[in-house]
Amino acid sequence: MALDKPYLDVPGTTIFDAEQSRKGYHLNQFCMSLMKAENRARFKAGERAYLDEWPMTEDQKQAVLARDLNRCIELGGNIYFLAKIGATDGKSFQQMAGSMTGMTEEQYRDMMISGGRPIEGNRYVGEKK
Amino acid sequence: MAKITASVYTSHVPAIGAAIDLRKTAEPYWQPLFKGYEPAKAWMKAHRPDVIFLVYNDHATAFSLDIIPTFAIGCAAEFKPADEGWGPRPVPVVKGHPELAAHIAQSVIQDDFDLTIVNKMDVDHGLTVPLNLMCGSPAAWPCPVIPFAVNVVQYPVPSGRRCYQLGKAIRKAVASYDEPLNVHIWGTGGMSHQLQGPRAGLINKEFDNAFLDQLIADPEALSRKPHIDYVREAGSEGIELVMWLIARGAMNDTPPRVLHRFYHVPASNTAVGNLILENTQ
Repeated sequence: MALDKPYLDVPGTTIFDAEQSRKGYHLNQFCMSLMKAENRARFKAGERAYLDEWPMTEDQKQAVLARDLNRCIELGGNIYFLAKIGATDGKSFQQMAGSMTGMTEEQYRDMMISGGRPIEGNRYVGEKK
Repeated sequence: MAKITASVYTSHVPAIGAAIDLRKTAEPYWQPLFKGYEPAKAWMKAHRPDVIFLVYNDHATAFSLDIIPTFAIGCAAEFKPADEGWGPRPVPVVKGHPELAAHIAQSVIQDDFDLTIVNKMDVDHGLTVPLNLMCGSPAAWPCPVIPFAVNVVQYPVPSGRRCYQLGKAIRKAVASYDEPLNVHIWGTGGMSHQLQGPRAGLINKEFDNAFLDQLIADPEALSRKPHIDYVREAGSEGIELVMWLIARGAMNDTPPRVLHRFYHVPASNTAVGNLILENTQ
């Protein structure tokens, strides 16, 4: 019997559930390794070689190299883990969040200062933007 | 006997910690937020508890995907501020209260809540930012703290109902502790925010304020709110609000006194809420 996943119709949102977590285990654990300064240094010195030490899929590695966070999330990444890549790159959490929205850094920051993304039109897939 | 006299609710946004650490609290962006916490800090100074039971979540810091406990109680004598990728925050080491923590663990597990016991753990911004917001930046935290980590990172997270009932079990556990300790329980995280995907930046002021109203007046009904309502209305990370129900469940059944209420948008990507409730008996 299928599991109950009522969150699949929330627009622009991927819920990090047990299935995503299973898919993203090695991707997220790679991110976790960046908590250590020596690993950050090794990753920066040769990203591809460092990624090849992890049993991640080629798609996951490409998504990390491209810093495509939406793709990373689709492939099982979780934002709190992916944030370690951002920290390694010297990016703030706001810069990372903004990078997933198609907005410029400035547009996203301005949106937050004026009260954030409104809920109207953002509850269900297919609603008017 | 020990007693829970008050509960505190607050967001725990990492950028707030960074603003404190980098001395940016007086900047125009941050000033309204820190000003809003002034009454809470004054209350905290005047009502120093013997122990804080602090409900928070770990953000891929102490717990990777190797082990994901739903409810974890910190029973150690101390907890170091974690290195979250930028070096540890320059805040005091958190002193625990192993005796009370062990007592609560024993009592709550006997009440059917299967806690994970943690005897070694670093604590991240989820725990230290609330301490800063409520206590400022002292050389040592004002009292021992029992960290209580809830999984709100990997779904399914515990339901609001489960959290609320757990709070009641914690209330009972504290009340059966022989030493006459004054205990505060804090629920942290939230309010509305989403940090991922094209919908990142979502804020829902109406939801947040209705949540605060109901948390004060009718937590029983609020505890029945399903996960999907949090996700859809308050953003994928807004689900952290279930942790507030643990603190609320630990309060007496009689209506509490509302001592402080504050709401502010934004702190980085997040709506910030702060509430202090005191037991009336």
